[in-house]
Amino acid sequence: MQAHQRMLDPTPNGLHSGESPLLQTLGLTKRYGDFLANDSIHIDIWPKQIHALLGENGAGKSTLVKAIYGLIQPSAGEIRWQGQTIVLSGPSEARSRGIGMVFQHFSLFDNLTVAENVALGLDGKESFKDMSARLEQVSKTYGLPLDPKREVWQLSVGERQRIEIVRALMQDPKFLILDEPTAVLTPQEADQLFVVLERLKAEGRAILYISHKLEEVKRLCDTATILRGGKKVDTCNPRLETAASLARMMVGGEIKEVKAAAGRKTTVPRLVVNDLSLAPSEPHGVRLEHISFELKGGEILGIAGVAGNGQDELFAALSGERLSKDPGTVVIEGIAAGHLSITQRRKLGAAFVPEERLGHGTAPRMKLSENALLTGHAASGMVHRGFIDTAATLKTVDRATETFDVRKAKRDPEAASLSGGNLQKFIVGREILRNPAVLVVSQPTWGVDAGAAAVIRQALLDLATAGAAVLVTSQDLDELAEIADRIAVMFHGHLSAPLATADATREKLGLLMGGSSLEPKEAAHAVGA
Amino acid sequence: MELIEAIILAVLAASTPLLIAATGELVTERSGVLNLGVEGMMIVGAACGFGGAWLTGSIFIGALFGIVAGTLMSLVFALMALGLAVNQVATGLALTILGVGLSGLIGAGFVGERITPAAHLYIPGLTDIPLIGRVLFGEDAFVYFSLALIVGIWWFLYRTRAGLILRACGDNHVSAHALGYPVLRIRTFAVMFGGGCAGLAGAYLPLAYTPFFIPGMTAGRGWIALALVVFSSWRPGRLVVGAYLFGAVTILQLHAQGWGVGIPSQLMSALPYLATVIVLVLLSRARTGGSTAPAALGTVFVPDR
Repeated sequence: MQAHQRMLDPTPNGLHSGESPLLQTLGLTKRYGDFLANDSIHIDIWPKQIHALLGENGAGKSTLVKAIYGLIQPSAGEIRWQGQTIVLSGPSEARSRGIGMVFQHFSLFDNLTVAENVALGLDGKESFKDMSARLEQVSKTYGLPLDPKREVWQLSVGERQRIEIVRALMQDPKFLILDEPTAVLTPQEADQLFVVLERLKAEGRAILYISHKLEEVKRLCDTATILRGGKKVDTCNPRLETAASLARMMVGGEIKEVKAAAGRKTTVPRLVVNDLSLAPSEPHGVRLEHISFELKGGEILGIAGVAGNGQDELFAALSGERLSKDPGTVVIEGIAAGHLSITQRRKLGAAFVPEERLGHGTAPRMKLSENALLTGHAASGMVHRGFIDTAATLKTVDRATETFDVRKAKRDPEAASLSGGNLQKFIVGREILRNPAVLVVSQPTWGVDAGAAAVIRQALLDLATAGAAVLVTSQDLDELAEIADRIAVMFHGHLSAPLATADATREKLGLLMGGSSLEPKEAAHAVGA
Repeated sequence: MELIEAIILAVLAASTPLLIAATGELVTERSGVLNLGVEGMMIVGAACGFGGAWLTGSIFIGALFGIVAGTLMSLVFALMALGLAVNQVATGLALTILGVGLSGLIGAGFVGERITPAAHLYIPGLTDIPLIGRVLFGEDAFVYFSLALIVGIWWFLYRTRAGLILRACGDNHVSAHALGYPVLRIRTFAVMFGGGCAGLAGAYLPLAYTPFFIPGMTAGRGWIALALVVFSSWRPGRLVVGAYLFGAVTILQLHAQGWGVGIPSQLMSALPYLATVIVLVLLSRARTGGSTAPAALGTVFVPDR
């Protein structure tokens, strides 16, 4: 309890929270060349409040928090801290003033221990021994257990985030910034995080909370500031809004609703996986353990799970990036394909969309037409007697552009010049235009704006309606609920039995994502028999 | 008895330049920078070190000249690879080519000259103990310095906060930057330290090993030092073992050739390299997990501001 008292903010700011904000940005502007990442943004942060920062990718959220944390210098405008104008020379000055930050892509060091990682985020005024003792105390106080001696690469994503949060809390911050903290957590882990955040708020701290998950924001946050295209659109009370009205403010218009066509019929099995086991190819990889499922034409199977539980390995085994010794483990269109190369699998009618757009889905510095050729050379008539049919490759680009509304500066630009959403539309379009019998797609709308995400999800549904078998791996449970017919969960290289989407509640999926079994009765029965 | 003592002394002398140069490169690589220019920095250090000693008559000033020359060479690398974010492999190779040419130019006037080599320690009584006396108490200052250096670097890397920050930059420069550490400044210091060590290691050759300068006298030792860093899996303790093992195999194969062992001399000369390969394979098989190399090694970092 005493430890808890020490964590309290000594200034009774919470009582006078009506008077002066803890932190203010006034006309904050950040310019990169001609591009305005932040355009005179005004935001007030009050103590004892959880303040949501909403916006699509590229709306300027990251730029704003980087400026507040001293990582970048604003081009114009000022930052006021407790009423005083400040210029932050860097993150260490921000930390010493009481601003803490939990990064979306963790700022951790894989080959260092937990304690070393925490020490690097502090100013080093106390000895390593004292710091370790305090680390233990803080993690106990807030119910965030950590083993200080383990190296980070051995830890799960949830544990890694705990390090980030404990590290920030050890500075006893008055103001804590969290960038998409729940993106990588199971629903249960997210609930635990909310308990910690409520407690920090009750202690008088201010929190700036960046998230895409609007239901979460409505539940947790007291205020929301919405950014669009680098400008502040509005500040509102999210509890008085609906998720749809918040989304409208973020996008600046209606989002097309994704609709499944009625009367979709499932046909013959087009992708079958039989008892697929595969040793990892990398030292920190996951071993696939006896994975089996059957996917019929006209059906969408969703694979949920926390990142790093074998989804990448499964994708590699299905696409042919990694071969299996037993051909019968992967069957495409009735033909054993476990030993076949990517090209041979494409010729059987399969198409693949990997998670990483730049570097895996496309060659970043090559033109779109060349990228179309890279996956279409085997089965799409773009090569004649060893020569590239340039007109055919350009036509593919044009068709993908037209069908999927890909916005680009010229007819055939480099892949890297497209925004994430537009490039993803191109990649998905390129594969769908080949009329695949089987489409395996990983994280189809990761980091894609809401408008493009709706287009992509609709395309996947339409493809299934046309009779193809679609396998979607995603961390976004809402996305899977929207488009999948059945959902299975990956955990430590095992794949659960698929649940019909109607039965797949967040609670059930969350349990599976955490490695629990849904049917303890069955195990007991087996023992009894 | 005398032969064994002579062999041990020769091994220590052959290993010392490798140990000094590899220690510098270990620190550079731990910060995440791959500087393949060790050979070039060494040879310039050798030419300048000999020149300094020959002009002033002082081995100590010669050694300082070597350190300064190596550091200046490494600053060229730092300007290119860190300041201008040029590919590190290409820059390092260019630095070696530059160094070999430059050392020929600098050393041209000194070829054929001789100096008095570095004095060896002599403590009456202790140094006269048979077998171990000269080995422990009769070395030149470079040998003792190299051992103090590697112990000091171990302590720095694993027991000081500055060392922790340096390792952090080598593991993940994006995270280090996000936490507010000046990645490029830290790396520049690490590169300069590596250059200074390489220069000193080069200077050791004409100042203590053979008391004259000839062009190309480093004879690939810079490359061996680079291999030793990998061999040590970036750990100071293993680096000492590796450097002495390599020195030992080099000397033993010379003696084996002298004894007339019926194996072609070319094969014997290849032994040290073969030993390196075998140990590398064994080490990588024994690895249990975690990456041994600094994760950010050789990657370009440009902070956004």
